[in-house]
Amino acid sequence: MFNKNRQREDPEVGGAGMADIAFLLLIFFLLVTTIDVDTGIGLQLPPAPEENQDPPPIKERNLLNILVNVQGLVMIDDEPTPISEVKQTIKDFVTNRGQDPNLSDSPDKAIVSIKTQRQTPYKTYINMLDEVMGAYAELRNQASQSEFGVPYSQLEDEGERQQQVQDIYPKKISIAEPDEG
Amino acid sequence: MAHFEKKSAKTSQDVPTSAMPDVVFMLLIFFMVTTVLREVNLQVQINFAQAENIEKIEQKRLISYIYIGPEKQQGNQTGPTRVQIDDALIEDIGAIRNLMYDKYKEQPKLIVSLRVNDESEFGVVTDVQEELREAGTLRINYSTKQEVNN
Repeated sequence: MFNKNRQREDPEVGGAGMADIAFLLLIFFLLVTTIDVDTGIGLQLPPAPEENQDPPPIKERNLLNILVNVQGLVMIDDEPTPISEVKQTIKDFVTNRGQDPNLSDSPDKAIVSIKTQRQTPYKTYINMLDEVMGAYAELRNQASQSEFGVPYSQLEDEGERQQQVQDIYPKKISIAEPDEG
Repeated sequence: MAHFEKKSAKTSQDVPTSAMPDVVFMLLIFFMVTTVLREVNLQVQINFAQAENIEKIEQKRLISYIYIGPEKQQGNQTGPTRVQIDDALIEDIGAIRNLMYDKYKEQPKLIVSLRVNDESEFGVVTDVQEELREAGTLRINYSTKQEVNN
């Protein structure tokens, strides 16, 4: 008789409280979540120099020297340049394709070399780097528009077409070791 | 008119709630996945620099932060420029390479996000970059905020 009674019992686990538990957890995670995306200027550092190794020879014309000095002035190939003109200078330099003998042979040989001094204000450095990135962004956008008819930002990330545009205008930025003083 | 009233009176007024746990669980899972629990206690003061041509880092789990700025002191005073990694101020710049190399071994795709106070001098950043080169963590990111054009 006892056995019979047991079999009639409802074997289900009460599921009504589950929603409450889930709500509690949900509220906890809602509170601790911060949805802020990290933004910044990405850069690839050169690998550590090996000892007794000479730097690879680079033709002078393929190198654009940018120096940000102590006063926060930007010097491009020893000429003081306002920050607003940096972008155009870089675009001219990269897209020269061998026309002007002082500027680069071709976009994939052009190297932008950035040099700083120890007392250079960080803000000026970022502003200058921003312009350099802006120049490359505009060039890549142009290339993407003419090759595929869509802006660079709409190309699939790390896809084949993005790679093609990157090959047209490789971002070659060299960080030179700073001078002391 | 009376015809309509009759019809609406027949329908049930209850909203079905049986699917609610499913909805809540879905939200819960979304927030669990997006949450990064670890937060650091900043011991240096940082005002972000601003820039226009910035990129987003989607994979937050790859990022390791280095904070560079004037040390916070009592009151609103700030001291000399210091480097902070995780929760500790770095006493010796040369120690960074070992620290970062350990992180690099754990996560070879590491992105180092440099959060530098915009008033700082670049010399300290250079020192840190040299250490990063030695450590082999070459992907860096200067953390900046989106510039607001006036």
